[in-house]
Amino acid sequence: MTKPVLETSTTEPEGMLASDGPDPKRHGDPVFRGFATGAGILILAILAAVAAFLLFQGAPALIADPAALTEQGYGPFWAWVLPFIFGTLWAAILALVIAVPIAIGIALFISHYAPRRLAQPLGYVIDLLAAVPSVVFGLWGGLVLAPAVVPLYTWLNQNLSWIPLFSGQVSGTGRTILTAAIVLATMVLPIITSLCREVFLQAPRLHEEAALALGATQWEMIKLAVFPYARPGIIAAIMLGLGRALGETMAVSMVLSGSANITIQVLTSNNPNTIAAVIAQGFPEAFGLKTNELIAAGLVLFVITLAVNMVARWIVSRRAAYSGAN
Amino acid sequence: MSKRIEITDLNVYYGSFRAVEDVSMTIEPKAVTAFIGPSGCGKSTFLRTLNRMHEVIPGARVEGEVLLDGENLYGPGVDPVRVRRHVGMVFQRPNPFPTMSIKENVLAGINLNNKRMPGSEKDELAEQALRGANLWEEVKNRLDLPGSGLSGGQQQRLCIARAIAMQPEVLLMDEPCSALDPISTLAIEDLMNELKDRYTIVIVTHNMQQAARVSDTTAFFNIAGTGAPGRLIEVGPTDKIFSTPDVKDTEDYISGRFG
Amino acid sequence: MTTLTESLNPGALTSGRLPRMAEPGILVGAAITGLTISALIAGGNIALGVVLAYVIFLVTIEIVARIVEGPRQAADRRARSLIVGAFVLALIPLGSVTYEVVKNGMARFDVNYFSMSMRNVVGEGGGAAHAITGTLWVTGMASLISVPIGLMTAIYLSEYGSRSKLSQSITFFVDVMTGIPSIVAGLFAYSLMAMLFGPGTVSGFAGSIALSVLMIPVVVRSCEELLRLVPNELREASYALGVPTWLTIVKVVVPTAISGIVSGVILAVARVIGETAPLLIAAGFTASLNNNPFSGPMMTLPVFVYDSYAHPGIPPQAYLDRAWAGALTLIVIVMVLNLTGRLIARRFAPKTGR
Repeated sequence: MTKPVLETSTTEPEGMLASDGPDPKRHGDPVFRGFATGAGILILAILAAVAAFLLFQGAPALIADPAALTEQGYGPFWAWVLPFIFGTLWAAILALVIAVPIAIGIALFISHYAPRRLAQPLGYVIDLLAAVPSVVFGLWGGLVLAPAVVPLYTWLNQNLSWIPLFSGQVSGTGRTILTAAIVLATMVLPIITSLCREVFLQAPRLHEEAALALGATQWEMIKLAVFPYARPGIIAAIMLGLGRALGETMAVSMVLSGSANITIQVLTSNNPNTIAAVIAQGFPEAFGLKTNELIAAGLVLFVITLAVNMVARWIVSRRAAYSGAN
Repeated sequence: MSKRIEITDLNVYYGSFRAVEDVSMTIEPKAVTAFIGPSGCGKSTFLRTLNRMHEVIPGARVEGEVLLDGENLYGPGVDPVRVRRHVGMVFQRPNPFPTMSIKENVLAGINLNNKRMPGSEKDELAEQALRGANLWEEVKNRLDLPGSGLSGGQQQRLCIARAIAMQPEVLLMDEPCSALDPISTLAIEDLMNELKDRYTIVIVTHNMQQAARVSDTTAFFNIAGTGAPGRLIEVGPTDKIFSTPDVKDTEDYISGRFG
Repeated sequence: MTTLTESLNPGALTSGRLPRMAEPGILVGAAITGLTISALIAGGNIALGVVLAYVIFLVTIEIVARIVEGPRQAADRRARSLIVGAFVLALIPLGSVTYEVVKNGMARFDVNYFSMSMRNVVGEGGGAAHAITGTLWVTGMASLISVPIGLMTAIYLSEYGSRSKLSQSITFFVDVMTGIPSIVAGLFAYSLMAMLFGPGTVSGFAGSIALSVLMIPVVVRSCEELLRLVPNELREASYALGVPTWLTIVKVVVPTAISGIVSGVILAVARVIGETAPLLIAAGFTASLNNNPFSGPMMTLPVFVYDSYAHPGIPPQAYLDRAWAGALTLIVIVMVLNLTGRLIARRFAPKTGR
């Protein structure tokens, strides 16, 4: 340590603390910060642009003369789109009726019933379902599931046709809204499951142990200590699943042979189509005002899903605020 | 290269809460100054104001003057980033960069600031800094291994090496031994004794024996109660503070009656 | 203490419980009964047999448990059976999709499939080379757009935006954005292009824009989460060395989280690479190879699958075979991406040493 390098180069002039000389590195901070902030603002702008562009391109269909729409498009916008709004909601609701109980069951299985070592791999398995592209589900739904469910549908129709849902002339291809709903249910299952699993795992352990110590069975413990705590989370998960089911395109458009009618019969070949499927099926061939009408329909879908998602996120954030969990 | 720090009427606020009130003192160069006091008395906060590290915490601000050899750290046009290049800091828990090797950790200050330097000079600097931190013999054969593979005490000395490789005038140490075992603590204390020939060293410690062992000057901080700001109660030569302090509170604290 | 021990006469803790083997026994019995009934009345339909077996099991265990153990235990057993049943039920589509895709996809999973386009192909032969290249172009460009925007936004949220109004609203709207229907993203890209270059403009780039809308929020969420995991001590260590904030972020924070960021990006790519609807609208269809993403329609693998399925020629089998092979290719790509992402996240996670 005779002549340490450490002490050689430290002879800075007086006033070394004030940044008198130009230090190029110091411009980095505001620039970088600007980029980061700009990226964030850009995202807000993109979201606004999505709404704005749909509005611009959809507007002609909304303000055009009904006669022009009949001549060149699909007819007056609201009358045209109404059955599809119904179809969208109806398919999504059917899907949720199927998916929600199963998803809650799976989430409970993973969080409270499966051996601890298995819980994570089982979670992955369910996540794999989420990774399957929707077009693959569509293919499977159209070519495998639809033919497979025909006998079931025939049986339901023969024996339970006093229930309005199952009445009517049963479809011979199985491509009904119920099949589409089953495929949709499969697709929203992992979303609902993973969120429910998370809230079930967050349920306070002390409450659970207290319930068990009082002699509750495991199911009673879950009813007593897990469900009340998890209720807002479950609702939010359902809403998110709903958002996904409303917007899902391919699975429906590849499975369903839909048309513009409003019916609650789920086994017949007369099915209401969904907005997303109508767009996907009609867009490649559309021109002129038809294109505008399809885009306007997309705007309606956007508004519906936006509302559903905002409610869901609001519930989630409210829960996070008072449970103190992040 | 060791510099004197003069603090006048320093107040530290977190938002509207005053954490430290009216501190004035002088920290001598080429010496070790220890800050002692009960938890929450503001000594760590105060330490951070000496290289403007408190500004990392949102809402923290300072009133008053801190002169480093006559130059105000809080003067207009002073860049906190430059201040920190002159006033180094070592933290409570060793925090080597997990993505860097031992050598890269030592040279982190140079590399992170995009400073250009020939490779041979870098090697020499790394060796000097590691020698300065009494770590060279232990790591010279594994300079390219990750710094996180070292023991806690070695990691802390690596952090000291990292700080002195920046060639600071002052070295601030915020409870540098609180996460270490007694043997490692001893190594760090020995190191401080060597380093004070070249640097102004300020150490915050909860361990009064440590303050007595390593420091030349001791400053005692205290708070009147929860929510009250921390104050400097007494400062003086360590021998005097630990034998015949002027203030009763200091004596009570030293003798273990509270805190 | 004595009274308690007295009341616990031998067997007090075990009486009123079904023996351990009762449940599996009933299950086996129910399975045999169910499958037999199905064989007798429905010609051995396995699905029907399994459903029957499950119902018989539920009913039997309910009755037995109610008699031996009482209603509370019976409810507990019922809940458990239903929950396990739900899990098994969910495995059916997963298993079926995998099985069918592999079985049907292998028919055309050959060299031609990966080397030929559909140009001038009618009926058998041809391949998806044009669609695979298109997918690489479109997804690659979508990543080039999304990763910088997503990462920078994540940096803003975790490093700069500490609870400001702006960062709160960005967080909220990023969440909302994850819920945008993919077809709406496609319509957005289409409308954008229509307004810039006239109606009917479809291109690979328009497809990339549509995918970016879907990908950006995923990238933001995963990157932000990972940046927040970087210990604050490392930032402080860097600041204390006189390193400016931006260099601290670029050279300390991001490198520490890089493995997670890479894996997050890979998972985001895996999510959008199978998107069909937006590309259907924004990138269009073609039977030929197109290597210019800025001009003309560009085929992509998911759209190829959809097109082969929805608009088959005659005879349709060759088209369906190609669709299945495309589905298999897609699944393989997605699974490989998923596994790589998870592996990177696990293998290269920085060891903080504590």
